[in-house]
Amino acid sequence: MSNSLEQYLNLYRDLSATVDQGSAPALNRLRGEAFDVLSGTRLPNRSDEGFEKTSIDDMFAPDFGLNISRINIPVDLAASFRCDVPNLSTLMGVVANDKFIPTDTLLRNLPEGVTVMSLTKAAIERPDEIAQAYGSVAPITNPGVALNTLFAQDGVYIRIGRGVRIDKPIQIVNIFSSATPLMAARRVLIVAEEDSQANILFCDHSRNDGSKYLSSQVVEIILHRGAAVQYFDIEESSADTSRYCQMFVDQHEASSFKSNSSTLLNGSTRNEFNVNINGQHCSTGLYGMAIASNKQHIDNSSNVVHCAPRSTSNQLFKYVLDDNASGAFEGNIEVTPNAPFTEAYQSNNNIIASTDARMYTKPQLLIYNDEVKCSHGATTGQLNAEALFYMQARGIPQAEARTMLMQAFMIDVINTVTLESLRDRLRHLVEKRFDNTLACPTCKGC
Amino acid sequence: MKDSNKNNNQASSEEEKNRSKEEPKSGQTNSDQIIDDVTNGEYKYGFVSDIETEIIPAGLNEDVIRLISSKKGEPEWLLEFRLKAYRHWLTLEQPTWAHLNIPEIDFQAISYYAAPVKKEGPKLLDEVDPELLRTFDRLGIPLEEQKVLSGMAVDAVMDSASVKTTHREKLAELGIIFCSFSEAVKDYPDLVRKYLGKVVSYRDNFYAALNSAVFSDGSFVYIPKGVRCPMELSTYFRINSSGTGQFERTLIVADDDAYVSYLEGCTAPMRDENQLHAAIVEIIVENRAEVKYSTVQNWYAGDAEGRGGIYNFVTKRGLCRGDHSKLSWTQVETGSAITWKYPSCILSGENSIGEFYSVAVTRNRQQADTGTKMIHTGRNSRSTIVSKGISAGHSENSYRGLVKIAANADGCRNHTQCDSLLLGSHCGAHTFPYVEVLNESAIVEHEATTSKISEDQLFYCNQRGIPTEEAVALIVNGYAKEVMNKLPMEFAVEAQRLLEISLEGSVG
Repeated sequence: MSNSLEQYLNLYRDLSATVDQGSAPALNRLRGEAFDVLSGTRLPNRSDEGFEKTSIDDMFAPDFGLNISRINIPVDLAASFRCDVPNLSTLMGVVANDKFIPTDTLLRNLPEGVTVMSLTKAAIERPDEIAQAYGSVAPITNPGVALNTLFAQDGVYIRIGRGVRIDKPIQIVNIFSSATPLMAARRVLIVAEEDSQANILFCDHSRNDGSKYLSSQVVEIILHRGAAVQYFDIEESSADTSRYCQMFVDQHEASSFKSNSSTLLNGSTRNEFNVNINGQHCSTGLYGMAIASNKQHIDNSSNVVHCAPRSTSNQLFKYVLDDNASGAFEGNIEVTPNAPFTEAYQSNNNIIASTDARMYTKPQLLIYNDEVKCSHGATTGQLNAEALFYMQARGIPQAEARTMLMQAFMIDVINTVTLESLRDRLRHLVEKRFDNTLACPTCKGC
Repeated sequence: MKDSNKNNNQASSEEEKNRSKEEPKSGQTNSDQIIDDVTNGEYKYGFVSDIETEIIPAGLNEDVIRLISSKKGEPEWLLEFRLKAYRHWLTLEQPTWAHLNIPEIDFQAISYYAAPVKKEGPKLLDEVDPELLRTFDRLGIPLEEQKVLSGMAVDAVMDSASVKTTHREKLAELGIIFCSFSEAVKDYPDLVRKYLGKVVSYRDNFYAALNSAVFSDGSFVYIPKGVRCPMELSTYFRINSSGTGQFERTLIVADDDAYVSYLEGCTAPMRDENQLHAAIVEIIVENRAEVKYSTVQNWYAGDAEGRGGIYNFVTKRGLCRGDHSKLSWTQVETGSAITWKYPSCILSGENSIGEFYSVAVTRNRQQADTGTKMIHTGRNSRSTIVSKGISAGHSENSYRGLVKIAANADGCRNHTQCDSLLLGSHCGAHTFPYVEVLNESAIVEHEATTSKISEDQLFYCNQRGIPTEEAVALIVNGYAKEVMNKLPMEFAVEAQRLLEISLEGSVG
């Protein structure tokens, strides 16, 4: 059986010095271990439980370029303006391929106690801080994490100081732009200190010029006691973009974490959400929305592990699949024996809008404790024919009626976004997505 | 445990009841005490019958398979089938994907054939080995003539061989064939050959391949066109000899417009060793026919420390081949140390219906990974899944199910509901549903809940003068009712009793 890791291992063997040179010691520290892990394994493929519908091995098999020697690839920043959220001023930074570029507004307006900077720069300026947190949540034994660790040379470092609450969202725009097929090992490290609060928004874009892109993304989030973080992730990339995003969250006592992930345009995407609840009275919300047409493939996998008593978690994922699109959802709730009085809920609802679209769903519960309230539900179906008829009978054309119903279907995921302007923006994006005008002519690169 | 009988059991449960009423352990609430009691119920079918048995030496190779085949006087094609299966089995590995901790099984240490020594075929009941009759008596099986009145045809399978089939003449009048598998091979080779392995191929999985290679007996049922079987058909399985496994095979064919309700029960003696039970059930349902298959599985489950017990690795599958055909699985699973079982329906006929109703109770160190597969390939096919898991003690109880709607199957409908009830804080209840929808017109729903018996419900009962103990019984019974209601009357009573014994001490 082919092993797509071979090419990466060979590359690292040949160029490990160059990789180290383009980064910082605090990040280089883990590369040796990552290499050892990868030498004895392979990336998961369809024969592995949990990866039946998305082969990571195939995703990483093509020959992508990696910008190891840190060549400055000119990046079209105009794409970032697509992410302009009206009535919402954000602290914006851009990750061009895998290089972090702060904007002027970010540098000027960053409040005291808040850090948003290049991970490499942070690793040079504050090595102890990074050494302590980097790789502490994402297990290096995971092949995807190990591969990312092996090649991650830069990334985003966000730290919210103790007791700091920022109203202004922090926005990071990931842009892919290259003339040749390119892979980016993106790394995000977020530390929310005690009683801090922040909203963080990530947007993924690809220049739609036929180049193939592959994003390997590992996000580590540490929430200390009482911290509250809302994490939004909107993917509007291209049909030639593959994304493997693994999020690892470590929650301490009384912290609150909410993730809202929307996949609107993409090629092939696998998102993993891993949340470990290690303290009492935590709340966790994982929400996801996927709208797919053509040959888009979206696979969301969540794993919420309750390791401490009296916490609640809630998951809601919704999919609308059209044309030849395929969707997969695997949700898992694990309640360990140490976590009595847990409340954990999970729900997955899907609409299949065409004959060739397909949906695979696998909601799971692993309960080792009797003092729990847990449930999950999953539905797959189509738009209500009666509702469609009702609207048509009142003069609404079928296409429009369908769009309206689909939008209505998505509304409860959109409504979990508490930032009003972002919620409006998301609603607008979904509307455009259903009108097929999301990749609109006014934007560059269409 | 030879002497344990129902009266003793009742007495001991009575004692326990009193004890729990009088002196609840300090630091424990009354309901904790009751839940503790749940894990201490005893197995009442744990006796061994002294029946002369012929056992072949342990081990598995082609010669053993030839020996089994020759002992049964089988035709050449069946031996070929066995050998093909065996050769395929050699290429397979034991599956590890289930949420089970299966100790290593030495397949060479098992004897693959054990049968009560047959004297010249008994014609009347009097001629059947009286010890055998006593065995079935103890099991409460209506095998004896006096119970013929209860109107049930029984095929009893002890260890590997079918020992007695009742009511055959009456059924034959209607053209119904109900006999042991080996008789069917002799008397109706064409029918057997036509259907054997058509639903569960020997290539299907590890245990199916093993069964196909070494299966010794089982039941064969054929209901001809337009016949409604007037009585419940029933099979009792019992493993008696030590060091053996049981590998029976059931094949049910319901021709056009036929109807049959089939019941299956299983028990085994208490032993420190683990015994393997790897069966195959194949069902074929033709146009407008209906088959109802009910199981009350009560294999020995091992003691409180998890010593001994049966490994129940069974492949059950039905093919709803005809339009408007219907297959309904109902199971009450209380026994076995480890259960690995997914009775499935392939709904390939238009408007065909598949149903699965299950209550699975695990306690002590029992492990169960059970559920169903509903594979919709026919248009407008519908399926319903209701699964109720109850875990107690240190047991692990998992539901694992697949609902698949094929691309060409328009208008399919599925509703799945699986609930888990946890009694005690050391047990686990898990749910692994797989839903694969490849067609836009399908409506598929899945819902699952996990909780313990709600304090509110207990309080409500207490408030109305129902002691906690009875309230627990009431709630558990109510919880399982939806499935129990689907069992045929004769079985419902037994299943109810079984559930009570399983939850011994908590049921008044």
